[in-house]
Amino acid sequence: MDEPYKTTVNAERAPVIEPGYTFGTVTEKISAIVLTRPASNGWFLGFGIAFMLTMMMLYAIGYLFLKGIGIWGDTIPIGWGFAIVNFVWWIGIGHAGTLISAILLLLRQSWRNSINRFAEAMTLFAVACAGIFPAIHVGRPWLAYWLFPYPSTMGVWPQFRSPLMWDVFAVSTYATISALFWFMGLIPDFATLRDRSDNRLIKMIYGLFSMGWRGSARHWHRYETAYLLLAGLATPLVLSVHTVVSFDFAIGIVPGWHTTIFPPYFVAGAIYSGFAMVLMLAIPIRKIYGLEGFITERHLQNSAKVMLATGLIVAYGYGIEAFMGWYSGDRYDAFTLWNRLHGPYAIPYWSLLTCNIFIPQLLWIRRLRTSPLALFLLSGVILIGMWLERFIIVVVSLSRDFLTSSWGMYYPTRWDWMIFIGTIGMFLAAMFLFLRILPAISIFEIRTLLPEAEVKE
Amino acid sequence: MKRDPIYGMMAEFDSAQALMDAAKRTHEAGYQKMDAYSPFPIEGLAEEIGFHHDEVPLVVLIGGIIGGLTGYLMQYWISVVDYPINVGGKPYHSWPAFIVITFEMTILFAGISAVFGMLALNGLPMPYHPVFNVPRFALASKDRFFLIVFSSDPKYDPAGTRDFLKDLAPRSISEVPS
Repeated sequence: MDEPYKTTVNAERAPVIEPGYTFGTVTEKISAIVLTRPASNGWFLGFGIAFMLTMMMLYAIGYLFLKGIGIWGDTIPIGWGFAIVNFVWWIGIGHAGTLISAILLLLRQSWRNSINRFAEAMTLFAVACAGIFPAIHVGRPWLAYWLFPYPSTMGVWPQFRSPLMWDVFAVSTYATISALFWFMGLIPDFATLRDRSDNRLIKMIYGLFSMGWRGSARHWHRYETAYLLLAGLATPLVLSVHTVVSFDFAIGIVPGWHTTIFPPYFVAGAIYSGFAMVLMLAIPIRKIYGLEGFITERHLQNSAKVMLATGLIVAYGYGIEAFMGWYSGDRYDAFTLWNRLHGPYAIPYWSLLTCNIFIPQLLWIRRLRTSPLALFLLSGVILIGMWLERFIIVVVSLSRDFLTSSWGMYYPTRWDWMIFIGTIGMFLAAMFLFLRILPAISIFEIRTLLPEAEVKE
Repeated sequence: MKRDPIYGMMAEFDSAQALMDAAKRTHEAGYQKMDAYSPFPIEGLAEEIGFHHDEVPLVVLIGGIIGGLTGYLMQYWISVVDYPINVGGKPYHSWPAFIVITFEMTILFAGISAVFGMLALNGLPMPYHPVFNVPRFALASKDRFFLIVFSSDPKYDPAGTRDFLKDLAPRSISEVPS
């Protein structure tokens, strides 16, 4: 896989980049989306809708701050409702971005170069959406900073033996490193935009962010070293983040949570849903902005294969959960399994199995793996399935635990829905802005894939 | 100290290969102080112009060690010294529970050191640089490749260096004012 171009000889596989591009045309094509192309009516419509959803979220959060979390469906015994479900879902979606930018870089998968930039943007926005939930879920969000260890006049410190504390560190480290990784990747492209722009003000703004990048060979050398090291650091980090998120559950004793399969199966599920989101974004973007030359059938196929593989790991996780429910001989674990299959939440559970396991098996069919429309729809199904998975984990286990007298049901209210759908709006609004302000595809990394970039010593 | 009004002599090339060959020949001709500019990283180019010591890994290592120590010692000091609290009979120094945050802090500090260390070693941010005085240098971020011999090089002389660069068949040659 060292030479991306050798693989194009293989007629079986679509190329990473359509042949015929040069350094100049690659640069023009990608930077034109930001610099010269006028915003279309479709963009304004899409951004407008996403922006209104964001406003709806802010309204709901405002009302929440006024009234308290009693406006949600959270009750005892289900104290963790939508907030935690959505938090885990969003964090999981972010994972694909880091997987693409860091792990695939270390594995020398050159096809990642076309999709890493917007996948990283997706990570950042997803983490931002995720971060809202724990903050507003604490009840007194203006005191959310108590989560961080700072020398307070109260003389108290956070409790480091708690997985919730680990989560604070894991998620904030993840957000910081993802932002740095993304920014660092953008520096050379900021320089390109600085040099391409005709408008003095825009030139100055991109110039500021480019840090005066001039492409010196010494700079590139240090840059590549730092980029590679950062990828090496981000790889264990991304695996740790969802592992720690799963500890929030697995360290507890609630039946259905207290299992050792959680960390790997959470990580696989995160990548599963993340790739689904990557495809849901990539397919319209490549179509609308005419980027089929950079995001080719090969990218769609590879992403589909990653989804298929991680989907099977997730299926294995469900299998082991069920097996352990029986094998452990623990009556509460066994009841959790029975309750999932036949209890009051049987419909969401069977929908989850359908969305996450049964329907995605269609990805074995090559024709569907190469059809953008089919992949788009399948990705939507997987995203719904992964959301349901978190709903089942959080709600079903809490609703019926050890004592029959403390059983209960969870009914989300419209405020729950408004905040959840609002974060989707916020995510999309940020994506719309990103497409217009920053190069959605890494220009300098695409240049390295062109045949003319090959150099003999 | 009076600054040299001329920063160096710059040659423009069409391809990565041409820049690589030119850098090699210039270095072999005895020029020491030079630099090469390209729109994407070219493997081996930095070595051709005499760059061998990349300190970024060391900076990242130091950052990671400091981060790990900070993470662990912070938890130790808080949980054992400043605010010992009995949670479910667990020891104050519950080292297995401290691993996660120690790990995250290691990554955090190492990652920040990687990015800011790289920028600092590269002398960035630097909004003004003499090479930007050459109008054609704007193409260095698109599809052109540049080689510069600094006027501070002992072998530098305006006419001789220009003639030498001309032999490398560049697309254009310009003197860079500082």
